[in-house]
Amino acid sequence: MTITELRSLATDGNRRAGQRNADNPVPARKKRTWRSYSVYAGLVLIFAYCLAPFYWMIVSSLRRTADIFDNTLLPAPFSLENYVKVFDGSTMFGQALLNSLIVAGTTTVFALVLGVFAAYAISRLNFRFKSVILGVIIATSMFPGISVVVPLLRFFTDLGWINTYQAMIIPNLSFAIPLAVWNLTTFMKQLPFDLEEAAMIDGCTKWQAFRKVLLPLAAPGVFTTAILTFIHSWNEFIIALSMINDPKIQTATVAISKFTGATEFQAPFGEQMAAGVIVTVPLVIMVLIFQRRIVEGLTAGAGK
Amino acid sequence: MAAMLLSPTLLVLALVIVYPLISAVHQSLFSAESGLDADGFVTEGEAFVGLANYADLFVGESGRRFLNAFSNTTFFTVTTVLLETVLGLCLALAMNRAFRGRAFLRASILVPWAVPTAVSGLLWRWIFQSDGIANSLLGSEILWTAEGTASKLAVIIAEVWKTAPFIGLLVLAGMQIIPEEVYEAAKIDGAGWWRQLGSITLPLVKPTLLVAVLFRMLDALRMFDLPFVLIGPGKESVETLSMLAWDESNQLRYGSASAFAVVLFLYVAVVAIVFVKVLGADVTGTKKLGIKRKANRSQKAEATR
Repeated sequence: MTITELRSLATDGNRRAGQRNADNPVPARKKRTWRSYSVYAGLVLIFAYCLAPFYWMIVSSLRRTADIFDNTLLPAPFSLENYVKVFDGSTMFGQALLNSLIVAGTTTVFALVLGVFAAYAISRLNFRFKSVILGVIIATSMFPGISVVVPLLRFFTDLGWINTYQAMIIPNLSFAIPLAVWNLTTFMKQLPFDLEEAAMIDGCTKWQAFRKVLLPLAAPGVFTTAILTFIHSWNEFIIALSMINDPKIQTATVAISKFTGATEFQAPFGEQMAAGVIVTVPLVIMVLIFQRRIVEGLTAGAGK
Repeated sequence: MAAMLLSPTLLVLALVIVYPLISAVHQSLFSAESGLDADGFVTEGEAFVGLANYADLFVGESGRRFLNAFSNTTFFTVTTVLLETVLGLCLALAMNRAFRGRAFLRASILVPWAVPTAVSGLLWRWIFQSDGIANSLLGSEILWTAEGTASKLAVIIAEVWKTAPFIGLLVLAGMQIIPEEVYEAAKIDGAGWWRQLGSITLPLVKPTLLVAVLFRMLDALRMFDLPFVLIGPGKESVETLSMLAWDESNQLRYGSASAFAVVLFLYVAVVAIVFVKVLGADVTGTKKLGIKRKANRSQKAEATR
């Protein structure tokens, strides 16, 4: 969709809106209430669009296996049966959650440590090829995952790294580092240089100015980057799917995609939904608490 | 100093990006072969086949499969990004107008984004089940998750649900930096809502939108999780290039898998270059000042008119 197409759409709509107004002239006051109603209707529509599928997942997870195909809006009778089954040990889902935490957590820490130094260099120091290096780092974030997975799968097989955490963490860095560097750079560029300068005039070394002035100031940005990197690594699928075939090392996203039921022909949807809710709810809670920061982080570079 | 700070990052990126890329190109020139050696024993080895893996992309059974995956990837990218852009714009416009409940709106719009793609695949698989909620709401009996057009549609719906809010957020951020005075000036000049949208909002949001669309396109080109979980591997109607390469490497045919991976990489690179060079998408943010200047200029132009 190009802007010109959008424009022509817009003018189309304009014509239609004009006709409606001409056909049916309404007093100004009434029009305002009609407008505000339509805005509210739009909002309700957006809520429904965003939340309805997610709500359906929660509702379905709270049904009994017997009435999983009910289409009532509330689970009746309410049951935690699926959640009990998810954790009863046969699927090793608890272990998978722990694995996800380990992999996503380690990836985030590595990406942040490397990212902070790289971002400091790019935002505060002058050197040749700076914009080229930033461009290359950002370009790597667009790299298709499969192009990393295929060669590394072979390499890690030779190293005997299949079914290890590092076989997931190292490829994860291919998207986590560019994300971290980019976010942190945008954030540090916005911080005024004056304070560090003042600190250095007062006798701080560059390192001290970085550690005692810039880093505390950049803490919110580092935190935002940490959340974004963590969510991305938590949601990672193709690397974990390819590098791991031992259920003990699987991450949660892969584990739930492989849930199989007792009978071959009936997928255990209730359990899958329950597991899905468990994997998603920590993220949703994080998103709700830190929404302002996440939006800032997501729109960094694009918006400001 | 700068070199010292940057080298760990560049080193790791070289290890996880540059090395795999070179290795993929190298592997794509070989083919797994099993044959009989002079003494009649079965040998498993790899033979250098030159560009044969690439030539195979266009002929025979593997060629048909590749072309199918290539056209699926392109089809999904074009349709989903198009729908997401339109929907994302609508979402951003609605959010930009809403004053009450905006925080709540923003939180709810982040929910689809936060749901892991694999989980959203499962979720939509459940919704699109043959006796699931989608069919009972529509009163239809479509087999969404089997094969054919319906499964394509299922993938598109699920993908758009998850990613349109992302475009909406980015575009909203772009809208919020447009100074209010520009709109006021336009209002004084008698521009209606649609005129303001076409002449102010869209042109000024264009740089942001371009970056958002670029990111979404690159993301859609490497689509894997969603069709994999929602429909399943090896289904002709939804097999993307990523899925095909994954499947080949799963069969230990690293040569052709690498060739597919290299082709996908080139495809992504071409799209990115076209966006940055031809359409002028400003990815690194170096043109930011230019945008601000432009905004100021148009603001002044409006004011002096």
